[in-house]
Parts: sequence; C-alpha cells; structure tokens
Amino acid sequence: MSEDSSLVSITTRDACVDFPIFDAKSRSLKKTVMGLVGGNIASDTKVPIIEALRDITLDLRHGARVGLVGHNGAGKSTLLRLLSGIYEPTRGQAEVRGRVAPVFDLGVGMDPEVTGLENIVVRGLFLGMTRKQMESRIDDIADFTELGDFLRMPLRTYSTGMRVRLALGVVTSIDPEILLLDEGIGAVDAAFLEKSKKRLSELVERSGLLVFASHSDEFLRELCDTAIWMEHGQIRQHGELEDVLRAYKGDRA
Amino acid sequence: MTATAAPGVRSWRRAVDDLVGGWGQRQLWGHLGWQDIRQRYRRSVLGPVWISISMAVTAIALGVLYAGLFGNDLSVQLPYILVGFIVWAFISGCISEGSEVFIANEGLIKHLPAPLSVHIYRLVWRQTLFFGHNLVVYAVMLIVFPQDLTWRSLTAIPAFGLLMLNGAWVALLLGIVTTRFRDLTPITQSLVQLLFFLTPIVWIYEDLVNSPNTAIAERARLVEFNPLLHFLEIIRQPMLGHEQHLRHWIVVLVITVVGWALTLYALRRFRSRVSYWV
Repeated sequence: MSEDSSLVSITTRDACVDFPIFDAKSRSLKKTVMGLVGGNIASDTKVPIIEALRDITLDLRHGARVGLVGHNGAGKSTLLRLLSGIYEPTRGQAEVRGRVAPVFDLGVGMDPEVTGLENIVVRGLFLGMTRKQMESRIDDIADFTELGDFLRMPLRTYSTGMRVRLALGVVTSIDPEILLLDEGIGAVDAAFLEKSKKRLSELVERSGLLVFASHSDEFLRELCDTAIWMEHGQIRQHGELEDVLRAYKGDRA
Repeated sequence: MTATAAPGVRSWRRAVDDLVGGWGQRQLWGHLGWQDIRQRYRRSVLGPVWISISMAVTAIALGVLYAGLFGNDLSVQLPYILVGFIVWAFISGCISEGSEVFIANEGLIKHLPAPLSVHIYRLVWRQTLFFGHNLVVYAVMLIVFPQDLTWRSLTAIPAFGLLMLNGAWVALLLGIVTTRFRDLTPITQSLVQLLFFLTPIVWIYEDLVNSPNTAIAERARLVEFNPLLHFLEIIRQPMLGHEQHLRHWIVVLVITVVGWALTLYALRRFRSRVSYWV
C-alpha cells in the first residue's frame, strides 16, 4: 500500500493452482464421515483434482506491461486470479505487493436495481477506491459514458452496450498500482471503442504494472511490450511481445 | 504487506490480516449493507419501514394469541414476545445467512481479491440495521406498555456488542464450513427453526420454571443447556427492566472466547481454500 512505486511487484515461485472437484457425492459431510468410518475405498473417496496452473515462476516489477496469450483453457484467467491474490497457490509461493485492480468481468459488483450513478460509486469501492475519490470522478465518468439522464435510472433499464459503457467508464477512471485486465471488452459500438482505447491506454500508463489477457494482437501491441504464452497451465514462453506472438502464431499455423 | 519474509499461506498473521484488512474496507461493506436493506424493499412505497411494520404485526398477533393461551396479562406477554423476536431476528439472521455467506457471494469472491471478512462485516452490519429498524417498534412499545427501565438497563448496549461479536464468528465459521460441505446449509437453516421453539421467545421461561407442577419446572430447566437462552437473556432482561443474572453473561463470554478461538483456527487453516471451494 506504499506510495513508493518500486514496491509494486508480483513474485511467484513454482506456484501451482490445483482445483479439487467435489462432485455432488463427495461435497457432502455424510460422504466424508462415512468414508472415514468405512476405511479407504481409495479411488472412490479421493477428490479428483484439476491442475489449472503448474510451476509458475514470475518476477514482475513496476513498469511491466505483460500480455497473456494462449488457447482457451490454457490458464490465462486462472493466472490472472493467481496474480491478483484471489487464488493463493496450493503449492509454491506467490507474493503480490501493491493495490490490485482486477478487471475480469465488467459486470461484477453491479446492482441492476440501483441507479447508474450509485453503481459508479460501488464499482469504484470494489476496485479499491474511496467514496470521495469516486465522487470527484463522477462528472468525468458521466461525460465519457455519454449516458446523460440515464445515469439517474436503475441499471436494469440499460441495454448491454450501455452497461459496458458505464463499466468501462468506471474502470478506466481509477488509479491502480497493479492492473489486471481480462478481455471481454466487446459489445460496444466502433466509435465508442476508439474513444475507450484512448482511455484504456491512459489507464495503463497510470498503472504501475499491467497484465493483460487477450486474443487480439492489435490490442496487445498497443498496450504491452512483453508477453507470456500459456499452455496447459504452464508458461510455454516468456519474452518480448513480438517474439512470443510469432512463436504462438507459428505454433498455431 | 511490508513483511520481508512472506508469511505462509496458513499463518496466524494472514488470518488476522484478513480480519483487519476487511475492517479497513468499512466504506465498501457499510455501503453494501445499506444497499441490501434498501434493495429488499425497493419499488415499495414504504421501503424499509416494512421491517418495523412486519415486526410489529408479528409481535402484536402472537402477543395477543399467547397472552390468551397462557392466561397472561397482555402487558407482560407482548413486550416479552416483542423483545424476544427482535433479538431472535438478529441471532437467526446471523446464523442462517452465515450458512451461505460465501456461497451467495461467489461472484465477488472469484472476481475481486477482498478479505473474506468483508462479507462477514457486511452481513453483521445488515443485521444490525434490521435491529435498528426494529428498535423503533420497541420504542413505541415502551410508550404503550412502560417497563421499569433503570440505569442498569444500559447493559443492553454491551450485550448487543457481544451479540455482534458472536454473530461475526458464527457467520465466518459457518460460512467456511458450509462452502466446503454444501449439505450443511439446509441443515443449519432447519436447525435454526427448531431452535426458535427451544428458546423461550413466545413462552415465558420464568413462568415454567416456577410452575407449581414440578415435572414441568424440572423439564424447563433443561433450556439452560441451550446457549441461545443466555444470548437472549443478557439483552432481553435489561431491555424489559427485569432482574439480570450474572450467569448468562458468563456463559456468553465463555462462548465468545471459545468461538473466536475456534474460528481463528479455521480461518488460518482454510481461509485460502474458500475461493477454491465456492
């Protein structure tokens, strides 16, 4: 939480994320208790595990602009959650220093029943801002979203595109130390996208450290200088953006 | 976050950090707690006033009913039931909402790296706001049926503090356990319903203990084993200006200490697992 930017960092060493998959059978107390009493029926009582990430070793410092590439299910989103501290590694270590602003899902923390203005404040609080900070930014956000009087209406009356505008407006107004972006920034009209690109790059410039998962080369080139290629939950390659993109494309072709 | 040697995932430090860090986000859970209340009554004309109204209606109806059934004076039965209900609403709210607190917040837990305790503070705060709305009914009752309140009735304030403290550990512990074992949520919720009948809320404990029928008096004594009796009495006795008993306070204090010790242990051990389990 220090102002000293040199303290902003993410370090992981051999970090693994294993998900236990409790199906309906093993997720109940009855099964565990009976399993204990009845002795081992090994294959039956053991919880299947999905190894979502394996041996992730990273050292990201202030100023890092990292793109994440990889196929669906390669572990990009899970890696972002590991880096944000949502998942603490099941084995290995991970240490996050700095205020994290994770932008994985634009809609999370939004309440359809309250007005757009209230949602701006709440969403900001969720991203680690204070109420005062958000109130001073409301005008700026309102301008950006071009929603006008609609901001006084409950969120449920908004179209999908309008919600994205609001969410983007809030997200791009904050001052994060660590910014973690998962793509899914679609569903907005082209003119608005141009406008949000500019704000997005300003946001990236303000933030100390960026990790950005995307399938869009164009976006990656705009925001990042290095990249990590994820495959089967492991880091396949970590280096200069162009090198990684070329290798990734080459592999796909 | 300035530690040189990173504390392990399962250290006490991290468990305490969770509670302290969550407290630091007061603006967030404070706002969310309010929003939860307004949310429930949004688009209704009276809004949160409905909390007070439904409490008043329940207490009056049951007060009249049980005063008739037990042959008690309405001026005794109704305040007893009303205060019992107000406190019970808080206790049962903490327990039954606690049993799904992390499951219900799955989206937030998976998308935002916040301390788990944020959800707990929000829950207890929301229940406290409900309690506050219900106190309005209590104030009206004091006008209609004045009670012998003295300066000793002020013990109701620390008593409520203890209730909040206990509500927090119960919700936190239940939240962790039920996230792992989903069957415990419905079990807990039906247990709470059962406890309502086992706790003297509509029936007056003193009347049964002092019953001329010794068999009934004997049986009524068993309620001392119900921990919720003690939680109820430390606040109901002062609120009704009744004689206060030290034993209730002792039981509650012991439960507070033991409960928090157990919860801190569970938090240390399983805190980092909750986001995997939800």
